[in-house]
Amino acid sequence: MNKKELNIFKLLSEKPWEESQKAIDDKHDGKTLTLSREKLGVRTIMVVSTVIFSLFIVSYSDRMLVHDWRSLSEPWLLWINTIILIFTSFVFHKAKILSDKTELEKAKNYLLLVGFLTFAFITGQLLVWQHYVNLGQYASTNPANAFFYLFTALHGLHVLGGLFFWGRATTKLFTKNYNVLKIKQAIELCAIYWHFLLIVWFILFGLMIAT
Amino acid sequence: MFVAIIFALVIIASIAFHFWSPWWWTPVASNWGNIDSTIILTFWVTGAVFVAVCLFMAYCVWQYRYRPERKAEYKPEDKKLEFRLTWLTALGVVALLAPGLVVWNKYVTVPDDAFKIEVLAYQWGWNYRLPGADGVLGKTSIDLVSDENPYGLDANDPNSKDDILVMDADLHLKINQPVKVELRSFDVLHNFYVPQFRAKMDTLPGIITYYWFIPEKTGKFEILCAEYCGTGHYAMRGYVQVDEEKDYSDWLAKQISFEKMFAKNSKKKLLVAENKN
Amino acid sequence: MSDEYIDNKIETKSADSSSGGYAPPADHIPAKEAPDQELYHAKSFWTKWVFCQDAKVIGVQYALTATAIGMIGLILSWGMRLQLGFPETFSFLGPATYYQSVTMHGMIMVIYLLTALFLGGFGNYLIPLMVGARDMVFPYVNMVSYWMFLVAVIVLIASFFVPGGPTGAGWTLYPPQAILPGTPGSELGIVLMLVSLSLFVIGFTMGGLNYVITVLQARTRGMTLMRMPLTIWGIFTATVLALLAFPALFVACIMMTLDNLIGTSFFMPEIFTMGEKLETGGGSPILFQHLFWFFGHPEVYIVALPAFGIVSDVISVHARKNIFGYRMMVWAIVIIGALSFIVWAHHMYVSGMNPWFGFFFATTTLIIAVPTAIKVYNWVLTLWRGNIHLTIPMLFSLGFIVTFVNGGITGLFLGNVIIDVPLSDTYFVVAHFHMVMGIAPLMVVFAAIYHWYPLITGRHLNQTLGKIHFWITFIGAYAIYFPMHYLGFIGVPRRYFEMYDSPYMASGVGLNQFITVAALIVGFTQFIFLYNIFTSWYKGEKSERNPWKANSLEWHTPDYPPTHGNFGKELPVVHRWPYDFSVPGSDKEYIPQHVAPSEVPAAKVEKT
Repeated sequence: MNKKELNIFKLLSEKPWEESQKAIDDKHDGKTLTLSREKLGVRTIMVVSTVIFSLFIVSYSDRMLVHDWRSLSEPWLLWINTIILIFTSFVFHKAKILSDKTELEKAKNYLLLVGFLTFAFITGQLLVWQHYVNLGQYASTNPANAFFYLFTALHGLHVLGGLFFWGRATTKLFTKNYNVLKIKQAIELCAIYWHFLLIVWFILFGLMIAT
Repeated sequence: MFVAIIFALVIIASIAFHFWSPWWWTPVASNWGNIDSTIILTFWVTGAVFVAVCLFMAYCVWQYRYRPERKAEYKPEDKKLEFRLTWLTALGVVALLAPGLVVWNKYVTVPDDAFKIEVLAYQWGWNYRLPGADGVLGKTSIDLVSDENPYGLDANDPNSKDDILVMDADLHLKINQPVKVELRSFDVLHNFYVPQFRAKMDTLPGIITYYWFIPEKTGKFEILCAEYCGTGHYAMRGYVQVDEEKDYSDWLAKQISFEKMFAKNSKKKLLVAENKN
Repeated sequence: MSDEYIDNKIETKSADSSSGGYAPPADHIPAKEAPDQELYHAKSFWTKWVFCQDAKVIGVQYALTATAIGMIGLILSWGMRLQLGFPETFSFLGPATYYQSVTMHGMIMVIYLLTALFLGGFGNYLIPLMVGARDMVFPYVNMVSYWMFLVAVIVLIASFFVPGGPTGAGWTLYPPQAILPGTPGSELGIVLMLVSLSLFVIGFTMGGLNYVITVLQARTRGMTLMRMPLTIWGIFTATVLALLAFPALFVACIMMTLDNLIGTSFFMPEIFTMGEKLETGGGSPILFQHLFWFFGHPEVYIVALPAFGIVSDVISVHARKNIFGYRMMVWAIVIIGALSFIVWAHHMYVSGMNPWFGFFFATTTLIIAVPTAIKVYNWVLTLWRGNIHLTIPMLFSLGFIVTFVNGGITGLFLGNVIIDVPLSDTYFVVAHFHMVMGIAPLMVVFAAIYHWYPLITGRHLNQTLGKIHFWITFIGAYAIYFPMHYLGFIGVPRRYFEMYDSPYMASGVGLNQFITVAALIVGFTQFIFLYNIFTSWYKGEKSERNPWKANSLEWHTPDYPPTHGNFGKELPVVHRWPYDFSVPGSDKEYIPQHVAPSEVPAAKVEKT
């Protein structure tokens, strides 16, 4: 009975006052989706972030059409950062698989590696910024630059937000003071979020090299 | 009882206010009388709905006021009634929208014979530019704006030399001549609005916007800036004087062309520079 | 009934264990309703009343903060009205002060008062109680949401005290003028405004997460979506809108902050001002307007939809009749919510955007009128053949219908693109949006406060003061905004510090003075209301349990007023929708949602 078919039209045409409908409704468990609330929470946040990034991309495309647009040359470091991010996602996936099997001790090491790689990514992004600043390419120099700084900063902030939750989960694993189910869920949700940020980065980076 | 009566009175007072109030549209002075017609149509249709709904509400409040012995009806829905009301409303909405869109189509379709003039807005005032004998406005660029060239006209464009620069808040127009106003702004958003013409459009720095109308009444009409543009917004006024043919030519003859103004300003600048030396 | 509860407990457990069967293992967490549910139990004064995680307290905190900042917004409006009614009389009001008042009044009322009050205030208080949950799903995040809101409010207030004062850019904050020196507060004022808005959006997203997920996933047994009170439907849909629309404001705020602080040109075209050309170029002011209104129009419905929902419930309870056309009401809420994302450019008909957009946006805008009109019909048809108690909540609801219909039909003027051309940026617009999203939602706010105050405090508000409050507010506010439309007809533009002797304006002088006097009286009356709220908290007449004889769950908690955890040991089980008033065959006048069918054997509803 828990498997929910979410047919929104059918759902919205129920007549709650009718006896036949009442009999069905009385058995309802009060949940619309078969998802944990935490997972739904992460998804909602991903939706909101997606809207934010989409609106930036729309603004980017609109602004790009103006004649003062000068594309930015992407340094090789950006490619390395991208590879680091892909690798991080991969490692996180491994950690998630291990935690699903309740091999938390092994997962712990993978989580540490994730943290290390993510910090490396952030450092790499900062180095790219430094690279541009040394070249005299400030945010105000050109709209393409401005969008570059904006995109990387916003993506970076999302990564830092993720690291906060990664930090909570990893610390718990070390203090051994945890609820197994909860920690498994935390790892899974973090992994989803990391994959999400990787996809966002692909789109942003792709947009910037394509134009 | 008392409550229902007061609600009904509020509605009746609104109707009375409408009929007795001295405040209504200023008489239209352009070809956009059909904008007024769509407004009047909307006004009566929606006004009737407002009065009907509110009076019905007041009636219900009176008729079905609390009685200990009364039992309210139990009626979750009435498909037929709701269906009818939906279609009736939809029909009403179409009746309001369709004529509106027809007029809007006219509003955005500028006739070919329209006389193109430029309205230049800045914080906080209005300037104008009329084409010279060639009937074409010269190219402009904000980079060229200087003391000698206050409009930023491109001196290399042959069309710009005879352009007439009206560096004054008052604009004159010839009666019954279709006008396309091309709106330009130096700094922020403004909006060129003459209530009697009914038309308006924002001016934006960086792009040129436009609208058109035909002045159909002579007289002096106030220009109001209708897009908030900073502390001096409320003082950003000017006048449009709609003239008969002859008065218009007299006024036009007194205006100065870009070529002359540029020469004069350059000379003045030269003099100032020499004096400094 | 106690049997039912035990049943529920067992079933909840089994439901939980069965969900592990097919869901990914890590997804399985014991639900909060299971016996060992983990609510945070406050131990000290600080965690109980200040850093509180109980949604009810957070709701009250939100409401009080919103009201406090709202009073500042109200007082700012007095300054504006004094200037408009009696120009050149008050020397403390210069154009800069006037425009700063206009801006702060607008922003405070729309965002910090109405949005925060409906979603943060009523949303927090009512959602868990009405859907039968112990609390929001993420109480800690919910608490942080309130504190973010408070910081946003403090940053906003701080902008009054920085050099140059708060921003005077108009609540729409259109660039380029918002960040150019011709506008008051273009240095620090605007920056603080943008920061405050960004904080508000972040804080709101945290709260919104809670509202949406609590409604979707934390309802009690038997509470299907179509058994939820319309209040919850309104708040839920509005929250979804807000989660999707606020990002646009956030994006616009960030880009404008960068334009202002580090000299980027997202929204800044080539500009020649104060005798020199700025270094900006290429940006598009219209892009900002699109972003702003992509947020701004749904924002109207973020305020309106909760009001629609609440007023439906209040009318139904006080007319002792089920809400007419419940399903249609739900559909209308959802359809209005969806449509609200494709109408935004009707605020920009004369902005200089491509004029061909006008056709599309006028059409979508007028389509919205249909579901909205249906809601109005259904409210009035709920009164039809009801048994209407003219209580104060009911009076305010009736006031809402009148002001909302009035403001709604003027929307048909402004939505129809060609009619908008002469009317946009005139007092007609000011009158329209004050009527439809100022007065009408406020009527609902008052209705809701008079309705739920006994639930929150266990006491009634003073009835005499309440009646005075209603009649002055309703008639006064109507007298302010109804004639104001006519100022728009004669062509008076909005945001004018002074009209001087414009020929067609001279006749409006008396009208402006009348409006000012009415506004001062209505404003003052709100202080009577506040006085009533604060004194009744201690001295008000004690309310018996469920004084309005309502059916929804919030009135049927074991403790009255509800305490921490809301529902005592066991959560209620829902057996019916919340509108079973005057059910045929039943000797009971109303049947609360948790009453099992076996307890009311005679009640029979015919098929429709």
